[in-house]
Amino acid sequence: MSNQALVHIEHLTRYYSLTCAVSDVSFDLAKGEVLGFLGPNGAGKSSTMQMITGNLAPNAGQICIAGIDLLDQPKRAKQQIGYLPEQPPVYRELTVDEYLYYCARLNRIPRGNIAAAVTTAKDRCGLGDVGRRLIGNLSKGYQQRVGIAQAIIHNPAVVILDEPTVGLDPIQIREIRALICELGKEHGIILSTHILPEVQATCNRVQIIHHGKLVFADSTAGMEQQLNANSLIVAFNNAPDIDSLLQVSGVDHAEQLADGRIRIHYSDTDPAEALAEASVSRHWRLCELAPERRTLEQIFIELTCSETPLREDAA
Amino acid sequence: MVATIAARELRSLFLSPLAWSILAVTLFILAYLFLSQIEAYITLQPRLAALDGAPGVADIVVAPLFADAAVVLLLITPLVTMRVLSEERRNRTLSLLFSAPVTMTEIVVGKYLGVLSFFLILLGLLALMPLSLLAGTELDLGKLAAGMLGLILVVAAFAAIGVYMSSLTEQPTVAAVTTFGLLLLLWIIDWAGNGQLDGDNALAYLSMLRHYEPLLKGLFNSADVAYYLLLIVLFLGFSIRRLDATRLQP
Repeated sequence: MSNQALVHIEHLTRYYSLTCAVSDVSFDLAKGEVLGFLGPNGAGKSSTMQMITGNLAPNAGQICIAGIDLLDQPKRAKQQIGYLPEQPPVYRELTVDEYLYYCARLNRIPRGNIAAAVTTAKDRCGLGDVGRRLIGNLSKGYQQRVGIAQAIIHNPAVVILDEPTVGLDPIQIREIRALICELGKEHGIILSTHILPEVQATCNRVQIIHHGKLVFADSTAGMEQQLNANSLIVAFNNAPDIDSLLQVSGVDHAEQLADGRIRIHYSDTDPAEALAEASVSRHWRLCELAPERRTLEQIFIELTCSETPLREDAA
Repeated sequence: MVATIAARELRSLFLSPLAWSILAVTLFILAYLFLSQIEAYITLQPRLAALDGAPGVADIVVAPLFADAAVVLLLITPLVTMRVLSEERRNRTLSLLFSAPVTMTEIVVGKYLGVLSFFLILLGLLALMPLSLLAGTELDLGKLAAGMLGLILVVAAFAAIGVYMSSLTEQPTVAAVTTFGLLLLLWIIDWAGNGQLDGDNALAYLSMLRHYEPLLKGLFNSADVAYYLLLIVLFLGFSIRRLDATRLQP
């Protein structure tokens, strides 16, 4: 067991009667990492998060939070965790201040530090001017922020957020993402989502879970590499035939697309420059040249759709 | 930690109109009963004066008042305890407690003490009624204390059963109905033994009423107190087990 890992998970498995919700999931989270947890509905994201936070007991496996075994010493381990479930766990009849005060007490913050902790958490989540309002009267977005404030109030080592930006407006989403990036500097963060650009915007590691198994785990940088599809999309006002395009250095293969554009595949050197030169000298009148990138969506769909029959065989 | 949870529970109770209306209605009914007992005492007084060693105010006013209060509390306990855990489950706020560094025991005991303090407030207000008689007459304070202790034990047992029933379901109304059913059953369970000699069968021993009556007469029997304490510990233990089982749900 490595001591530097904030979260260390080994062979985590959970069954719901006979259905296997999470199967043999292992990973580590280090300080300063923001781990994005992706997966279709029912893939086991929430179950995994519930197990890490002690809301659900695993059938097998080990969970260590900051080097403390969650199942052996739940009290000590839970002090290091802040958790925002899918539905923010707020009491509608309390005001924001009362609620955060209660959460601070629950997380054993010494009495003298509570006021400061509540103020900090409110500032970080943009709740400064709603402190005296009833949570039940706040909009969904604000309730979500109260949920996040609750998760970070005791300054935990690990913050676990289950779909933190659901129900927020675009500006709030940007603020929350900025908050997550900022928190990521000092804490370890696990966040689940099915909004893929969010992962690209906030996370530095990505894991895709499908049918309870990890099917993809990489750093965002490594993922970017995968996203480069080694192809260009070009369009000409005076289009040459495919053969003359193939003569341009670096072009491996070219195909005519239905909308008049041409897709050019290459392997080593990017032929963009050569194409532009050729276009000028041969009067092809280049009007569009764009590198084609696979989106995270495509990877996601490839992984989650193609795997389906295989997994069902295995089950 | 227990105190934090209990304080929030009590506070939430008083933030809803439920607690206030329960207090108002219950105290109104109990005050009516109290006044009618005083009325009865006043009519009896001339005859009592002639008797040697006649029953006093504590026997004629306080004992029947507390006996009726237990029945009234049997009716309202389910309404107070029904939402304790079931609402947390329903609103998905239970995960706040589960992911905080608190044990299941602290959660259950905190919730229980929160509800119990509500009842203690109610009983405190009720105690003021007989105490007000001190202004005009003598009162057997020992009997009053024994009766009060009995009432507190009865309500504490009611609340423990209510908390357990609330831990079983997501629906507060289901929790209320089942709590009421179980309380009533435990109250009247000795009726089955009515054909036999008084009080010597197991069913009679289970009855909460049988353990309450001696205390009303001013008879402090440690077996009766132990009965209530056992009942409380048993049902709180069940609730802790039950809450633990939500993590293990199959």
